[in-house]
Amino acid sequence: MQFTRLALGLAGAASIAAPLAFSAPAQAQNEQFVPALVYRTGAYAPNGIPFANGRKDYFALLNARDGGINGVKIVYEECETGYATDRGVECYERLKGKGPTGAAAFSPLSTGITFALTEKAPADKIPLLTMGYGRADSVDGSVFQWNFPLTGSYWDAANILMQHIARQAGGADKLKGKRLALVYHDSPYGKEPIAVLEEASKRLGFKFDAMPVTHPGVEQKSTWLQIRQNRPDWVFLWGWGVMNSTSIKEAVAVNYPREKMFGVWWSGAEPDVLPAGDGAKGYYSLALHVAGAVAPVHQEMIKHVYDKGQGAGKKEEIGEVLYNRGLMDGLFVAEAIRTAMGKFGNKPMTGEQVRWGFENLNLTNERIKQLGYEGLAQPVKVSCQDHAGVHSARVQQWDGKKWNFVSDVYRANQDLLRPMIKESADKYAKEKNIKAGCVS
Amino acid sequence: MLYRETGQYKTSYSADQAMFPILQDRVGLVLILIVAFVGVPMVATQYTYTGILIPFLILALAAIGLNLLTGYCGQVSLGTGGFMAVGAYAAYNLVIRVPDINILLAIFLGGGISALVGVLFGLPSLRIKGFYLAVATLAAQFFLDWLFIRIKWFSNYAPNANAPDLVIFGVSFSSPLERYLFVLTIVCFMALLAKNLVRSRVGRAWMAVRDMDIAAEIIGIRLLHTKLLAFAVSSFYCGVAGALWAFVHLGAWEPLTFDVNRSFQVLFMVIIGGLGSILGSILGAAFIFAIPILINQVPATFGMPISTALAAHLEGMIFGSLIIFFLIAEPHGFARLWQIGKEKLRLWPFPH
Repeated sequence: MQFTRLALGLAGAASIAAPLAFSAPAQAQNEQFVPALVYRTGAYAPNGIPFANGRKDYFALLNARDGGINGVKIVYEECETGYATDRGVECYERLKGKGPTGAAAFSPLSTGITFALTEKAPADKIPLLTMGYGRADSVDGSVFQWNFPLTGSYWDAANILMQHIARQAGGADKLKGKRLALVYHDSPYGKEPIAVLEEASKRLGFKFDAMPVTHPGVEQKSTWLQIRQNRPDWVFLWGWGVMNSTSIKEAVAVNYPREKMFGVWWSGAEPDVLPAGDGAKGYYSLALHVAGAVAPVHQEMIKHVYDKGQGAGKKEEIGEVLYNRGLMDGLFVAEAIRTAMGKFGNKPMTGEQVRWGFENLNLTNERIKQLGYEGLAQPVKVSCQDHAGVHSARVQQWDGKKWNFVSDVYRANQDLLRPMIKESADKYAKEKNIKAGCVS
Repeated sequence: MLYRETGQYKTSYSADQAMFPILQDRVGLVLILIVAFVGVPMVATQYTYTGILIPFLILALAAIGLNLLTGYCGQVSLGTGGFMAVGAYAAYNLVIRVPDINILLAIFLGGGISALVGVLFGLPSLRIKGFYLAVATLAAQFFLDWLFIRIKWFSNYAPNANAPDLVIFGVSFSSPLERYLFVLTIVCFMALLAKNLVRSRVGRAWMAVRDMDIAAEIIGIRLLHTKLLAFAVSSFYCGVAGALWAFVHLGAWEPLTFDVNRSFQVLFMVIIGGLGSILGSILGAAFIFAIPILINQVPATFGMPISTALAAHLEGMIFGSLIIFFLIAEPHGFARLWQIGKEKLRLWPFPH
């Protein structure tokens, strides 16, 4: 039969072609390779796309405006993970050795992939930038030498949200006897804040319920029925992707006031609130940075990249929350490379050198202004003891059209979190036989 | 002509019962083994090992495990991911809770514990059959998912479980090549075991149950025994595969690694590779795991400037049509296709 013959031919051809396709092409010399693990497809694509665009555009801007970093052109390559850990690992392996000096740094934007890469990065000597996600204890750079959770961890986020509701209630002592619910994505990501919130509930004497939502989070009816029965005084939302908008819609359905809902900074972007329409009005979330195209870098982006038709997304999408976060992720990688070049010379950096750049990254207010990130980024100073560099965030509220800041900058209480980080990091070091210490 | 067995006489019982009765098959197998153990290490890059070969081999092992249950014994299972998770978490807990345990032993004990769990969830198979059993094993999948997410003891109260360094009998398996050889050795060994198992009394009993369980019972095969043994052996293979996936491939994992999608992935490998064939499991694993990655890389390899999203969508479309095409061309999978290919090569170049 013809079909069988064709099938045999195809199978035969594939088995011959496969080894050829996996061989690596040649590389140019004076180029810095920056890999990108993205998810532009799958359940989390609405959130993955703006982040990927922002990050890609920033490097395009650097190439178009400045000719790269200190004269070293950036070669940028994306690999689609679909938010799946095994594809993420495959992408990491595919990209890590490219370019004359290998990959500069990875930002997986997935807690699952971060965990897997945390085990691989030290052996390959490539830093991991987990901006506002990843393991909370990776703030301790003496154990997690290759992880950089810049701008803070989920423990910081939980602590900041506690501070905010305490201030709203008129003091931490007023929380006694109240009830807090955490609606979280049932994965290591969503479970991260539980330790901090449990500790706070014991210390401050309020009741705390953790309510898991199964991946990807479109089925939350039972969770919100429970909320309807318990009527917690606040709901914290630790979701991602479609789960966030579903939660807001369910809150509307059970008539839970959105003004009592607080999302983490991954639950506070446009794709999270827009699907819920007017129902999302009044919903709060944490903000790592401003929403909207307000910084000079946005104008530069339009001038140098979008007007030439080289943008990754649409012009109107510049300034969306996750786009801005992608811009910041790109900024941190670029500045780490630049910092490393300050020490090692203006040539393509290896992952090890970029790691040094991350650990000595110091973005002051003046520097941020120079870079055109005024009003977008906060000052960051990284050290071996503190791989986050900054632990503060603000609270923003959705008014139906845009996000507005409604609080000052909160700083997470490090006196409280430090011992917990130390305990957790030490446990990890013991399990993995890591000798804690700072390498300079 | 290539596969003509003319002149290959069988003069003893052992020759008649050989695993590969045809000389060409034996030569081919030896060649494949030489390529896998010697040829690949000479040319492969790091990426080939860690991105393609190691995960492919581990999934092939899981597919062999599921094929023993579904292909040979006829019990459809959607719990493969769950059993892999049991293997991974059991091995992990053995390593952290039993001092100085040999990691190889931990991996196989993890498989053993998975076998016990498999037997437990195999019990309903005595009463429910076919699609209904698939649903029952799906419950196993969801229960095990839930267990490892919810009960923190299993991941030692950490956000995720971390694999220990692979040091076995003082030899450290840290480089991709060493890890590849480690996995390859285990997979070859266990595939050989599976191949022999299905040719033995046990395997024949499984196939009798698969073909008609009442008839099998009448000729004296104990259903309870046979079915539960199939669940045990299958779960053992899946458990070992899960432990390898966690320890050798990922290094750190969360329960989502072994979610229901993994079960489906392995089931598809078995279906498209060929039910009731060890070779089919391996070919199916290669197809389901490697082809999407291959398609994904084609545009970049030829310098085609298409976006990442488009490449990902194309990957899904082409891969989906390939599955449909191969299933129409040969519903019995790649193993059957290989049989047909052999027949053709036997007559080649003078077909009727």
